[in-house]
Amino acid sequence: MVNNMKTFFQDKKAVAYFTIMAVVLIFVGLNQSWALALGIINMSLISAIMALGVNIQWGYAGLMNVGIMGFAALGGVSVVLIAQQPVAEAVDAGGIKMFIALIMGAATITLGILLNRRGINKWLITAIVVTGYLFTRYYFSEAADIIEKVDPAITGYLGGFGLPIAFSWIVGGVIAAGAAWWVGKITLGLRTDYLAIATLGISEIILYVIKNEDWFVRGLKNVYGLPRPVPYEVDMQQSEWFQNFIAWIHRSELQLLSQSDQIEKLTDYVREAAVVFVKLCYSGLFIAILVSLIVLSNLALNSPWGRKVRAIRDNEVAASAMGKDIKSQHLQIFVLGSAIVGVAGALLVTYDGIFIPTAYMPLRFTFLIWVMVILGGSGNNMGSVLGAFIIWFIWIQSGPMGLWFVEMLSNNMAEGSSSLEFIEDRVHYLRLVFMGAILLLIMRFSPSGLLPEKNKQL
Amino acid sequence: MAYLEGKNLVASYGVVPILHECSVEVEKGELAVIVGPNGAGKSTVMRVLLGMLEATAGSVTLDGKDISMLSTQDRISKGLAFVPQTKNVFPSMTVEENLQMGGFIRKDDISKTIEEVYELFPILYEKRKQLAVQLSGGQRQQVAFGRAMMTKPSVMLLDEPTAGVSPIVMDEIFSNILDVRNAGMAVLMVEQNAQQALNIADKGFVLVSGRNEHTGTGKDLINDPEVRKKFLGG
Amino acid sequence: MSDSIDIINAFALLTNFVILPALSYGSQLALGALAVTLVYSILRFSNFAQGDSMAFGTMLVILISGYMISKGWTITGFPTAILAIPLALIGMAIYLLLMDRLVYRHYRKIKAKQNIIGITASIGVMFITGGIVRFILGASAQRFGDGERFIFSVREFKAFTGLEQGIAFKTSQFLTISLAILLVAFLFYFLQKTKTGKAMRAYSDNTELALLSGIDPDKVVQITWLLVALFTTIAGTLYGLDKGFAPQQYHLLLLPIFASVIVGGIGSPIGAIAGAFLVAFSEILLTYAYKKFLIYLLPLSMHPSSLVQLIGTEYKYAISFVILVIVLLIRPTGIFKGKVIDGE
Repeated sequence: MVNNMKTFFQDKKAVAYFTIMAVVLIFVGLNQSWALALGIINMSLISAIMALGVNIQWGYAGLMNVGIMGFAALGGVSVVLIAQQPVAEAVDAGGIKMFIALIMGAATITLGILLNRRGINKWLITAIVVTGYLFTRYYFSEAADIIEKVDPAITGYLGGFGLPIAFSWIVGGVIAAGAAWWVGKITLGLRTDYLAIATLGISEIILYVIKNEDWFVRGLKNVYGLPRPVPYEVDMQQSEWFQNFIAWIHRSELQLLSQSDQIEKLTDYVREAAVVFVKLCYSGLFIAILVSLIVLSNLALNSPWGRKVRAIRDNEVAASAMGKDIKSQHLQIFVLGSAIVGVAGALLVTYDGIFIPTAYMPLRFTFLIWVMVILGGSGNNMGSVLGAFIIWFIWIQSGPMGLWFVEMLSNNMAEGSSSLEFIEDRVHYLRLVFMGAILLLIMRFSPSGLLPEKNKQL
Repeated sequence: MAYLEGKNLVASYGVVPILHECSVEVEKGELAVIVGPNGAGKSTVMRVLLGMLEATAGSVTLDGKDISMLSTQDRISKGLAFVPQTKNVFPSMTVEENLQMGGFIRKDDISKTIEEVYELFPILYEKRKQLAVQLSGGQRQQVAFGRAMMTKPSVMLLDEPTAGVSPIVMDEIFSNILDVRNAGMAVLMVEQNAQQALNIADKGFVLVSGRNEHTGTGKDLINDPEVRKKFLGG
Repeated sequence: MSDSIDIINAFALLTNFVILPALSYGSQLALGALAVTLVYSILRFSNFAQGDSMAFGTMLVILISGYMISKGWTITGFPTAILAIPLALIGMAIYLLLMDRLVYRHYRKIKAKQNIIGITASIGVMFITGGIVRFILGASAQRFGDGERFIFSVREFKAFTGLEQGIAFKTSQFLTISLAILLVAFLFYFLQKTKTGKAMRAYSDNTELALLSGIDPDKVVQITWLLVALFTTIAGTLYGLDKGFAPQQYHLLLLPIFASVIVGGIGSPIGAIAGAFLVAFSEILLTYAYKKFLIYLLPLSMHPSSLVQLIGTEYKYAISFVILVIVLLIRPTGIFKGKVIDGE
């Protein structure tokens, strides 16, 4: 650990890049607002955790995960399932039926697999599975109907377990790991494309299920008001010590004002400060998780296990000599990376406080994470973190930058010109073009990224 | 000067030197064999002659003209033909299509050459509509020869044509090679089965660690006690 | 007891709502899947940009046909889009060749692991292409088919046959099925009978030997992209005429297209076609509500009360993925043996 830190600080390039990034963010804080700057930092931290997971898969083992958003969404689901209070009425009304339906579904699948292993006639198995499916579906849709009818405007779903939200971060990781194990089991060992295509498919399906199964996590109706691991802004505004603290910070300025102006000004300051304070709490939480994950993954990478992983990646002769071992190794890495993505997904929903299935745009955000990893330098964890900060910053700020650019144009164009409106309307799509270009340019001209991996054996 | 001649060839893979001033040559109507232990650089000589690997020193001449600077494809159109050790046919194409692809660079009518190949290997005519992947090992080797002959080459380079085949098929392949030689071509081949290869060869080169260790007629080499002891197992 | 007219009615119903839509959807998927297969066979990677490329080609058709309509250059009976295809094709070919020159060619020259690099690069191209399309046409759905909507409509069919259930044959369906047959016939003729087509197969089969035979790799790749432009533009246009144009919808087509390719056997053109129809028919057969169909066939006492739908329509796209998973589990080589392991 100490060694890692030392090598990091000895790396002048890394220190320089991070310093520049910090200066830019401080600049945003001073010129735009601290809330915005912290918002960018927090999203960058969450992205960094996701990028870390992808880096483990791609950088350590060359596994392509094109379904990052699906695994992140599983993390998000776990927040709802763990932290929301159960909806007693819905559980009473349809819980048991749903439970039976799910058990029936699981039993059908298990039976199918078991019979298949025993080599029983394929048509018979098909018949059994189809019958099981039809029964399951019958029970299932009835149960779903009942649950969804319970006060649909507010609940209409089963709710969660009402446990502390921190559990959901771990559970999110576990659920994502489970899905990854399943996908990996089927596709690893086959062509590289299969994993990429299968991850794309599974993430689409996860999102379809989340969007359409209202009884589960409310579907398109979203889940609002998730509990928080940090204080609420309103509570902060009302707490005395916080008010006093803010008054103390601004004491010199406030002293110059009249009594009534003082109160008004102070209220403004407290309101702003409360937002910043809450965001800072999140930052602290995310930094703690990110740092511990980096430390753990660096430890893993330098363990005998990690050396074997790198040997497989860097040396094809060694890899082929190890034969079948590669598959299980890749499966471990794939599961591990996806679990980290799941954790990040849970943190994302925790941070937002709401669960919005439509916000997961599978390919678009998956792609952003990819650009982060490749820009930072695949194989290098600190590179992924750096990439996350840079790319998220560009993604957020390219909107305003694009509009600024359009305004520049508008000085040269007639007011209300139709082509100008057209551009204003569509300019944000150019972000996609821009990001695509960044990816292709790095791949072409600097394939090892900003902070190249040092462990690579050449 | 021999018809095809590689003189004092020096070559390396990256930083690993493979050939040290190694020379080989073959005349028209002659079968020359390159033998030697694993890692002696036998296949590398082939690659250099074909221009698939650049030599850092030495020269390759064909019929007295220096071809060292030409690309592989240009050397092919000058009369070189190559049958790789593995993957030497187009598996999912028919025998006839394999031959057509062999004559891809020719602008003139290739149907006559195809007939000549069928005359040389009558079994291929029977199987001309079959996919190469469906043929036996020996037949596939004939397709590979046939494909290489489609450019009407003057030199045929063969990389271990009998690797991994049964002794019966090996005899079949050797007799095919003799047919090709008797048709007037210069044939240069790399072989693992040194004993059998030298038996039918007009000329032999024994390479060790990228150097010419012994050179002579096939008979001479087989009768050379040192060669027998070191390379032919006594 | 249902009489024979009911049976005919039932099958008219099935033809109208299942067979015709699945045939045309399958044809559209098949054309897209063939484009993926071509890129895969020659350039050796799965082209993630296929869906967005189809959107790009369709965009060109929409823009060009819009101009043609404004000038009054239309043909009676058929959508102007058909007239616009040749010009759009040229634009699409230029775009794809440009992308090859700027992006993919470099990795061929340095002999990179084309599989992984190609996928990553094609994802980059996908975003650039998708971004351009959305910038120019916006993200919302639109229709661009003009001309007659039907070869014959339900009403005409009923009047003609006197059946209770009608069949409508849409112009877009007619165009899709006939153009798909033409294109597939052309592709197979080209690959099997022409020297260039054979050279492409040779290159795909054994690249090293193809080079030794004097086949020019750059030319093979260029011709591949020209064919991809042809299939992509037409597939995209037909899909759009049938179901309307929406960039996100096109983008998502990637999933059924990949499923078709893998189910059929990756790298096999016949497999791609078979896979496409399997996926299309499964999607539509499994999400069709059989209630009305069964009412025609079953006696009154057995009439179903529910919709008799096997899977909810919302899971249409999931079906292609489930088929994909089943195939990977049972027969990873696909129906027609494809290439399963890297470097095979």
